[in-house]
Amino acid sequence: MRVTGDIDVAEECVQDAFSRALTVWPKTGIPRNTGAWLTTVARRRAIDVLRRESAQGRALVRLVEPEDSAIPNDVDLPGVPDDRLRLIFTCCHPALAMESQVALTLKLLCGLSTAEVARSFLVSESTMAARITRAKKKIKTSHIPFRLPETEDLPARVDAVLLVVHLVFTTGHTAPLGSDLMRRDLVDRSLDLARMLRALLPDNSEVAGLLALILLTDARHETRLGDDGTLLLLSEQDRSRWDRRAIDEGSGLIRDALAHRAAGPFVLMAAIAALHAEAPSWESTDWREIVELYDRLFAIWPSPVVALNRAVAIGLADGPEAGLSALTELTTDRQLLNYGYLASARADFLRRLGRHDEARAAYQEAIGSCENEIERAFLLSRLSALSD
Amino acid sequence: MSEYLVLIYESEAAWEKADEETSNRVMTGHNEFGAHNGAALRGGNALQPTMSATSLRRDSSGKLVVTDGAFAETKEALGGYYVIEAADLDEAIAIASQVPAEFGGVEVRPIRVFH
Repeated sequence: MRVTGDIDVAEECVQDAFSRALTVWPKTGIPRNTGAWLTTVARRRAIDVLRRESAQGRALVRLVEPEDSAIPNDVDLPGVPDDRLRLIFTCCHPALAMESQVALTLKLLCGLSTAEVARSFLVSESTMAARITRAKKKIKTSHIPFRLPETEDLPARVDAVLLVVHLVFTTGHTAPLGSDLMRRDLVDRSLDLARMLRALLPDNSEVAGLLALILLTDARHETRLGDDGTLLLLSEQDRSRWDRRAIDEGSGLIRDALAHRAAGPFVLMAAIAALHAEAPSWESTDWREIVELYDRLFAIWPSPVVALNRAVAIGLADGPEAGLSALTELTTDRQLLNYGYLASARADFLRRLGRHDEARAAYQEAIGSCENEIERAFLLSRLSALSD
Repeated sequence: MSEYLVLIYESEAAWEKADEETSNRVMTGHNEFGAHNGAALRGGNALQPTMSATSLRRDSSGKLVVTDGAFAETKEALGGYYVIEAADLDEAIAIASQVPAEFGGVEVRPIRVFH
């Protein structure tokens, strides 16, 4: 990105590097530091494209750095921020609307399609396409720089980056579209980014919180599907197969973070994930404590999705009746209108209450807005179990 | 390097109530801003209040209509501007953040270049 100073050329090059990786890696093997490889390839492509453009007499964009002569197969420089980090700070510039920051980063850094980014934001694809176009135009016309922020601005610029990395993780953890439940590439990418931020900003408790949250949630990834490929709920998973090392690392990170200062949203979410990860069984989970953590989270981050999770936790602490009434308050929230998890949570509480007709309707609603095939299969199996 | 227009938007009502001490403080602020950023400054002026503004529009038949007042009525009105030169938006923001605007804020706009 420093090379081109032109977001569209840069995007083309990043996308191109991804497709080259797909054709080259099967032959040469995957480089140890895939991120560095991708950015090096993207940089060389940028120079190619710029040469082509200038040869055609088109508007020249800034060339800040000389060409790298060699493509190293294994670049690993501790302490030197990755080019992806530079790019993520550019995409997360405060002069861009927060929503555009996240959208742009997902598209440019992680190669998500516009449709996938749209789903992560609960907006339509055309709205998202317009948002991305607008953001790129602003970067170009205002000369938003492609470099790391000044040291004194760095902490203030981190919050938006954390949201981005978290969204990359959640998108990978449960893929919004398609036949796979997870997109391992996105999960790994978010983990890389979180570790990189942690190395860059070791004193930021929210960075620690995000890394912990990813580790603690991803520690369960081996047990989320049954042998037949169906979705297993937290209550059904084999906890002995959870990744102990990831859980210990994650729990350790937030212990430190909680000790240092008032807990921010990522520390609180990680604390919730740690309660799940450390509970010996579903039944012995401390739901009361989890509701309390969600209360604190909602107080500092009143988002409808947080409210939804809080309502579910209330149902597990106080019974399905209480959970259902907490969920019912949310059904008028326009942002949750097409959010399938609200319908599936209602369906589950209705099923437990024996209100099968209403549960059936809610499952059908959830199935209607679910585009992940594995989640869809799970909802269909719940629906058919009700019909018996 | 690019040029940016820094537009100073402030509440005129607040300015009307401001005492001499306030006016002096702001004037000193602008002088200090100029002294610190001389290398980047390309121009700038304070404007008379919007009560002195005259707006010109053409109606649907193309006839010129002259009206009293600012083009758009807003709580905060354009009261002055600077033209600055900066390497990029971060540098422009760093400079613009030093512009005194205690009754409002500033807007930073890249100046368009025609080739």
